[in-house]
Amino acid sequence: MAQDESRAGTGRETREAAAERAAIAVRPGEFRQHAGGRREKVFELKGVGVSYSGAAAVKDISLDVHRNDVTALIGPSGCGKSTLLRCLNRMNDLIPGAAVEGHLLYHGEDLYGPNVDPVQVRKLIGMVFQKPNPFPKSIYDNVAFGPRILGRKENLDEAVEEALKGAALWEEVKDRLDSNAFGLSGGQQQRLCIARCIAVQPDTILMDEPCSALDPISTGKIEDLMIELKQQFSIVIVTHNMQQAARVSDRTAFLMVELDADEDNRWGRLVEYDETEKIFTNPSDKRTEDYVSGKVG
Amino acid sequence: MSDAIRSERTRLAAAGARAVAADLSGQPSRDVAKGNAFLAMLLLAMSIALLGLALLLIDAVADGAGRFGISLFTEKASSLPANAGFQDAILGTLWVIGGVILFCVPIGVGAALYLEEYAAKERWWNRLVEVNVQNLAAVPSIVYGILGLAFIVRGPLNLGFIVLAASLTLTLLVLPTVIIAAREAVRAVPDSIRQGSLALGATRWQTIRRQVLPAAIPGVMTGVILAVSRAIGESAPLLLLGAATFVTANPTSPFTEGYTTLPVQIYNFFARAQDDYIQLAAAGIIVMLIVLLAMNSFAIWLRNRYEQRW
Repeated sequence: MAQDESRAGTGRETREAAAERAAIAVRPGEFRQHAGGRREKVFELKGVGVSYSGAAAVKDISLDVHRNDVTALIGPSGCGKSTLLRCLNRMNDLIPGAAVEGHLLYHGEDLYGPNVDPVQVRKLIGMVFQKPNPFPKSIYDNVAFGPRILGRKENLDEAVEEALKGAALWEEVKDRLDSNAFGLSGGQQQRLCIARCIAVQPDTILMDEPCSALDPISTGKIEDLMIELKQQFSIVIVTHNMQQAARVSDRTAFLMVELDADEDNRWGRLVEYDETEKIFTNPSDKRTEDYVSGKVG
Repeated sequence: MSDAIRSERTRLAAAGARAVAADLSGQPSRDVAKGNAFLAMLLLAMSIALLGLALLLIDAVADGAGRFGISLFTEKASSLPANAGFQDAILGTLWVIGGVILFCVPIGVGAALYLEEYAAKERWWNRLVEVNVQNLAAVPSIVYGILGLAFIVRGPLNLGFIVLAASLTLTLLVLPTVIIAAREAVRAVPDSIRQGSLALGATRWQTIRRQVLPAAIPGVMTGVILAVSRAIGESAPLLLLGAATFVTANPTSPFTEGYTTLPVQIYNFFARAQDDYIQLAAAGIIVMLIVLLAMNSFAIWLRNRYEQRW
């Protein structure tokens, strides 16, 4: 397993890892190896493309997501950030006509392999959506939904409390766990969705513009929460907000829209992927610099 | 909005204001008269609808009020109009309708869930099913009576003229209505709920069972009650299915042979010559209207009470 190799193999490189590096090396400009890149990888994307009914949405994305990092995907509208995010937990499977190509490894295992069950994948890789989407149930039942579908019956109260504490919501809702989740504010609803997600005890949390529907104070709380949560989880976040990416993420991928010759088709392509600090202060690519400095948007 | 458009709008608004100001001092224009005429037509349309209902109510109450009383519920049909009541017919209706609810809820909800959650909309056979469900809702009830007679009372099922046969036939009759209502209710559950559930690692079935269905239940119930109200009022198909016979015993099971229902009994009483029976039938109409109004009110209450606003 690649996972074990990357943990153990600091000294000698295994043949597979060497081959992997070679594969990456043949795509100059697309991918830059992280200097201290010996950390455990959660996702390894090699030439990943997604298309809807034959029309490409993103093409040829190669990047590694490291454990306990917040990895941000930024870029202009329509560059395929959300599409890319949604293929990491196979939510794209739900869209008829969606197809994923290339290699997408999760802890070294092919996420789109023939024996992989998408339901199982989504238990390990949680997701928080753009618009808070609590279930029309009580706060308690919202959080308990995940453990319940996993068949957990005992210690449900503890699991709910732990998840709500983990999402920094416990103090605000502990006296009204039985009231409907729709009575919460937008920011509280979004933290409830995060609590709901961590109650399943995933390994990774994907967040699709989790703050775009929230006010600045709620946004601040969720950003603090992300920094808190990355101790336990790996987080991939899509954001429109460059400041947000700069504040919370460890690594940032910048995607851009590419057009074909007659400008009929458009798709997203990875321009640069590096440590967040480097992306925002000293990007290697001119296009990244223009985008993060606000010259183009 | 560009400045050019804005100034154009301002100009038009000012022109409109001037036109209204001019009208204030002058005669009402032809447009105003037209508007009033249209309003009068709409009021007339509504009055005709209400008038029909009011006439029915007044007529039934005038004829039947003297006969209305507790004995309607305690006495069975009798050859002496003074002793006759609707107990056997009310129980017959309850047995038949109980069966209808039992059959139409699971089948209707199942069909709706399949059409909304599983069926691929672009496949022609699913579209064909959709169109046909809509069409079936408009088929006259007597046609279902003939179908019931040919396939349920006789033919393949050969159940005989029993309560269950009536339940099954009326189920077929109201099923399209239930399916359409249940589909609306299922469709009203936003996709974000399904996605949220699936993203937590729920299977499709768990998502439907634990999220979509509970959220859709109030809408489904409303549809079921309205459909059942229709089934209660049906008499035509039942005349073909054995409910027409004059009986003086209460039905005791779905397999009772020789039963009657409220609308059929009302029809039977009206068909008799004696004035006393006409009065009795009018009193029966009051009973039925009360039952139907109560059920429809319950449906509305249910919808308002549990309707989920997203």
